[in-house]
Amino acid sequence: MLAFILRRLAQSVAVLLSVAIIAFAMFRFVGDPVNQIVSLDTPAEQVEQVRKDLGLDKPVYIQFVRYIGNALQGDFGQSYQFRQPVTKLLAERAPATLELALMSALFSLLVGIPMGVYTALYRDGFGARLFQAVSLIGVSLPTFLIGILLIYLFSVHLGWLPSFGRGQVVKITENWTTGLLTISGIKALILPAITLGLFQMTLIMRLVRAEMLEVMRTDYIKFARARGLKTRAINFGHALKNTLVPVITIAGLQLGSIIAFAIITETVFQWPGMGVLFLKAVQNVDIPIMAAYLMMIAALFVLINLFVDLLYAAVDPRLRATIRES
Amino acid sequence: MTETTAQRKETSMLARAFDSDIWHSFKSSPITMLAAFIVLVMTLAALFAPWIAPMNPFDPAQVYLMNANIPPRWLNGGDPQFLLGTDDQGRDLYSAILYGLRVSIFIGLIGVAIACTLGVTLGLVAGYIGGRVDSLIMRIADVQLTFPAILIALLIDGIVRGLLKSAAREDIAFGVLVVSIGLAFWVQYARTVRGSTLVEKGRDYIQAARLVGLPAPLIMIRHVLPNVIGPVLVILTINVGLAIITEATLSFLGVGLPPTQPSLGTLISIGNRYLFSGDWWIVTFPGITLALFVLSINLLGDWLRDALNPKLQ
Repeated sequence: MLAFILRRLAQSVAVLLSVAIIAFAMFRFVGDPVNQIVSLDTPAEQVEQVRKDLGLDKPVYIQFVRYIGNALQGDFGQSYQFRQPVTKLLAERAPATLELALMSALFSLLVGIPMGVYTALYRDGFGARLFQAVSLIGVSLPTFLIGILLIYLFSVHLGWLPSFGRGQVVKITENWTTGLLTISGIKALILPAITLGLFQMTLIMRLVRAEMLEVMRTDYIKFARARGLKTRAINFGHALKNTLVPVITIAGLQLGSIIAFAIITETVFQWPGMGVLFLKAVQNVDIPIMAAYLMMIAALFVLINLFVDLLYAAVDPRLRATIRES
Repeated sequence: MTETTAQRKETSMLARAFDSDIWHSFKSSPITMLAAFIVLVMTLAALFAPWIAPMNPFDPAQVYLMNANIPPRWLNGGDPQFLLGTDDQGRDLYSAILYGLRVSIFIGLIGVAIACTLGVTLGLVAGYIGGRVDSLIMRIADVQLTFPAILIALLIDGIVRGLLKSAAREDIAFGVLVVSIGLAFWVQYARTVRGSTLVEKGRDYIQAARLVGLPAPLIMIRHVLPNVIGPVLVILTINVGLAIITEATLSFLGVGLPPTQPSLGTLISIGNRYLFSGDWWIVTFPGITLALFVLSINLLGDWLRDALNPKLQ
């Protein structure tokens, strides 16, 4: 078990290191960092001074070590556009994105699981077929189009919900704000959360359906029927319970991509999160922000993956056995 | 060992299925036939856009700003000249959609072609040569797989922007877009092809080809490739839909094509700005076109996956 954990840790570090190399290469070789800092009429010796201060006169591998060292301390340099530390910019916008991502994950689970169970139990019924068809349409519609559609319906046409921004936010700590404590904040969250969560919802629905159908065929379900248990107890107590392990795993793994996909939703709803910041950085070639965002997403994916793998090994006795054999 | 037999079934299934089974399952599924019909009609309409469209929306001489934001023909204030109305620059929306669809399909196909070529080549090399080359390619694939395709495409776009002068960007926007899509989607092909190649490599006919002394590239292309290409077809179909969505998304986010050569995504992005003033048609019609086309392609892909899957027959 210890060997397994160590091997997984080593793999994670290797992935992070290779992403760091890409991030560093972007930072160092795409455009000259010095040119972004000094103005056109800065005297030559001052330019040299800046170059020295940034450590760019040293060999590349020393620069890389320095970059990693700084990154580990949370220092990703200055944004070219805003002339502010990248970490500060990201931290300011993190609460908005995290709140949006968590709400849409919650939405996709709370709606996707019941829909999946329903389509599995009554799989030839009209409702099940309808859900299946809707899920295929949901997969085919690009996220931004869904967002526009919802805005048109609920903001422009019905006027029920706001179409942009976070509404009124409450400051909890120095740099943590939340919209969950005000009515306008919650109202503003509804449309973006649905937009972002819809794709994951269809994914979870299809997954739950497939898993449920699989489980319903197993012997222990037949045995439970033979014992004369109530259908409800079999469906929810026995079948759904065993379905949920892979579902929770996938949902956990999807959390990372929800945060990445938030770029699109945040743009549609002018949500002041990290995604919009990243998009602006791409448009204006603000490399430090791009590099930091890349590293952040990679770290997030690796952490979630690692956590899920270890949790799996801890929970599933079959997996533990195969680990011991290898 | 069970995997080996499954693989064998699948590849030989493909060859036989093209004779009759596929056609039969196609004929017995009305939805698939409808989807194929829609894809066919829309592709043809896009292909022949210059001859079908009432005007060329890219030709400044035919576009008048005075005609901007005219509603569709059947509404109050509509102009019989413009079937679906006009956009903010006075372009006929129907023509713009035909031309936009043309751009979208074109980018989707080329992007997927790049992804497929790259992925299949790397997968073949990784599977056939093995060893260090294999682990290098597959590690890169693993790392890339941790990022959603849209993020990869955005990053590549940003890097190219950084490397090039701004004047050159508009001219090569098309190239950047297809390359970003190609680089964002190659992993799936590489993994699939590598898996099948590993199986095929152990077969007698490959051993025989080696004994005869054929060079490795020739064996890979002439002998391994035809036997591993089956599953690639399914990924290819579904990926065309994904690539078109990716292109539309990038253009919507403002890092895709410039407004002078609009794709469906650019049109939707323009329309989105006029949604609040009540000019709903600018965003609606390109949106419906995009959704219908991608939905039809996905239906075709789903059907193809089931039709080529021996387990379901």
